[in-house]
Amino acid sequence: MSFPHKIARREFLKHTGLSGLALILGIATTEEANAAITKLHAAGIDAAAMSAPAFDVANITPYIIIEPNNKITIINPKPEMGQGTYQSIPALIAEELEVSLDAVTIITSSGQKNIPGQSAGGSSSVRGSYANLRKVGAAAREMLRTAAAKQWNVATEECIAENGKIVHKATGKTLAYGDLAAAASTLEVPANPTLKDPKDFKILGKSMPRLDIPLKVTGRAIYGIDMELPGMVYASVERCPVFGSKLVSYDDSATLKVKGVIKTVKAERVLGKNRYEGVAVIADNYWAALKGRKALKVQWDHQGFDSFNTKDYEQHLRDLAATDGLIAHNSGDFDKAMADADATHKIEALYETPVVAHATMEPMNCLAHWQEGDKVDVWTSVQGAGIVKRELAETLGIPQDNITAHISFLGGGFGRRLAADYAGEAAMISKQLDKPVKIIWTREDDIQLGPFRPMTFSAMKGAVTPDGKALAFQHKVISPSISATKSDKYDKTKPDRSMTEGISDQKYEIPNMKNAYVFADIHIPMQPWRSVTSSTLAFAHESFIDEMAAAAKKDPLQFRLEMLTKESDTKRVLAKLKEVSNWDHPLPKGWGRGIAQYEFFAGLAANVVEVSTRKDGSIKIEKVITVIDLGTVVNPDMVKAQVEGAIVMGIVAATKDAVHFEAGKSIQSNFHNNRMLRINEMPAVEVHILAEGGPVIKGVGEPGLPPVAPALANAVFAATGKRIRKLPFDLNKV
Amino acid sequence: MAVYSFTVNNKPVQVDAEPDMPLLWVIRDLLGLKGTKFGCGIAQCGACTVHLAGSAVRSCGIPVSEVAGQKITTIEGLAGNPQAENVQKAWIEQQVPQCGYCQSGQIMSAVALLHRNPKPTDAEIDVAMQGNICRCGTYDRIRKAIHKAAAMPSHPTSLQKSLTHS
Repeated sequence: MSFPHKIARREFLKHTGLSGLALILGIATTEEANAAITKLHAAGIDAAAMSAPAFDVANITPYIIIEPNNKITIINPKPEMGQGTYQSIPALIAEELEVSLDAVTIITSSGQKNIPGQSAGGSSSVRGSYANLRKVGAAAREMLRTAAAKQWNVATEECIAENGKIVHKATGKTLAYGDLAAAASTLEVPANPTLKDPKDFKILGKSMPRLDIPLKVTGRAIYGIDMELPGMVYASVERCPVFGSKLVSYDDSATLKVKGVIKTVKAERVLGKNRYEGVAVIADNYWAALKGRKALKVQWDHQGFDSFNTKDYEQHLRDLAATDGLIAHNSGDFDKAMADADATHKIEALYETPVVAHATMEPMNCLAHWQEGDKVDVWTSVQGAGIVKRELAETLGIPQDNITAHISFLGGGFGRRLAADYAGEAAMISKQLDKPVKIIWTREDDIQLGPFRPMTFSAMKGAVTPDGKALAFQHKVISPSISATKSDKYDKTKPDRSMTEGISDQKYEIPNMKNAYVFADIHIPMQPWRSVTSSTLAFAHESFIDEMAAAAKKDPLQFRLEMLTKESDTKRVLAKLKEVSNWDHPLPKGWGRGIAQYEFFAGLAANVVEVSTRKDGSIKIEKVITVIDLGTVVNPDMVKAQVEGAIVMGIVAATKDAVHFEAGKSIQSNFHNNRMLRINEMPAVEVHILAEGGPVIKGVGEPGLPPVAPALANAVFAATGKRIRKLPFDLNKV
Repeated sequence: MAVYSFTVNNKPVQVDAEPDMPLLWVIRDLLGLKGTKFGCGIAQCGACTVHLAGSAVRSCGIPVSEVAGQKITTIEGLAGNPQAENVQKAWIEQQVPQCGYCQSGQIMSAVALLHRNPKPTDAEIDVAMQGNICRCGTYDRIRKAIHKAAAMPSHPTSLQKSLTHS
């Protein structure tokens, strides 16, 4: 059956031949910050070029194509993985261009040369595109107005752009954009087109419906796993869940007897500095490949790595916590303040967080086709065409120009798909077979083979004055390093900024502060996970601030506000949260309320969590109230959805299963023992957006997450007096 | 290999497959209907939910040999079913999906629920929808959408307008 692939072409990657001389606008990448805008004539451009590098003509990076037949195409460089970029990124262009998003075709970029930033991660998509893409839309609008004015022989000021047309108000004459495309394409591109006044926005700042949702409720949305090519075969790869194992030998005699199995070949998965061997079972359907894989007899040499286990490694981290580590921040005189402080006002605690899996709902997969001349096409779910091209070029030893990445919808990313190891593996198998091959990871592969979010341990120390003010604070992180698990070039002489993310950037005015990092080696591959290291560090940081508040005998929110005498976003966020959470309003008996905030590279949010205790001692999460600080908001409802998602993911990481290693491998393997939150456990959620306009735009996808675990743990403390210092914890057995 | 005959989305189909091939892979790879998703393979996540004789089942755990002669509906087969279209419409109104990968399964479970229980309570929604994991965390909106669909008239206007983005 080949129609699913045709659907993908028509509905998602839809592109046909351009209908003549088109207006194509993009950004020349030679100037990154102040992107200049340029154009080109579309005549003669290869019809299929939208998804091929052949489109790269004269250093042009197309974002808008307006064709004489009125077809308007917007190229989206930020793959849609649930975070809403299928709407929010094209919206930036459409707003200024004065077209409805209903009237445009959106395609995801496929790694065209010179399109900058073809990746989605770090909550960066909207804030990174806001200025430039509006400018692209505005430039096109101005050129269309000028073209119409020339044709009518009137002043440009009299020509208004609205809803895909230029209108001459005095005479009522109109011309559709398509009618003007050819003439507009011959005009100079305005370097600094006038941007719309935000008060005139029709799309931006409003809760507009997402364009992908009708596709996603009817089963018509196409994901990487759905792609097909004529003549393709399927593969499932057996790899060793004990990281570091070497393939000794394998016996495929039973495998080859499975109906549908074609052959077996050796496979290799490249993940940074790591190379993992595997045996790929090739079959004419995926079920046969899976059955064939189960019938394989593989001999692995674990090389001693089967002695690795979480219990011992955690003890190793506790032992390391006694060492000084590398200083990441030092202000005031922490050591003296601690030495001088009254013993009754000094506290210390060790906080522990676990390794977790990303567990995107769509398992890793890739359809790869290695063709003559070392041209490689991949159809896959990855967090950016730029990522897969760079990674594959290195892994496969071919130029980036040889690689085309076809990206449709992603069934989740969460940082996992910032690595494209599965695509390289598929491409190498395709090369051996000389035909297109689709590999699909099983859920077990997904959960057991990483890369994972690393654990972090935090050694905390603090002191408060007898009158209840913060005096000294230390956050020392003990953890593996994501970078070190990927690269041999990791510099152990410097504190890892990514692993100490945010701990020195909170706005609390504490006179004596010393933060540090202790590197812990590990052979397990690690990877950023939604909100990266803030996802674990905030737990320690903001739980310990709560401990200090208790030592100071202060209300936790009041204690925080007293450390925020200067104006700051944090102060505003907490003040807002105090109001919307009814912080000073008493809760029913047996309930508790906790607060936490965290500011890091992606942005800033604060949460209040309310919990209740049941008669059997178990805890129920009743409600989560979030304030997220954005500056400028593009789609408020989508922001709420993202925060709702961040809350759920934060609760899962705090209270559900961590990845636990025994005998070198993860004992978690599928959703039965790597459990997720389910609908019956969903608390009420309430999201408030602080967006007062202005030039600063903060991230959306991640900031809601870091304050979830500490606000929850602080709520448990408020309700029960029990302090949670190790994640995950079981709500049924606090 | 053997030939199995059954009905998918009101059309009779015949597939030549190994008897133990899960219905999920038959639907996806042999019949080419990609709306039904693979999530776990052990009936734990619900991404592969379809209707078998009107009930929501996990197609990853049902061998094709067991569905011979039976009636199966996938997400693609909901078109034209007024109650199912209400659910899809409510899903759009509540802007439920994020990545969307689990949503075919969520909708199939919700449609089956409303079919047997047109006005479910929160507790009944909890029971019926517990088998469907959403990693993006859309549960709050799913609950609201189910209540919304339950409140819609049973003969909705065509979905045509809400489903124009294709």
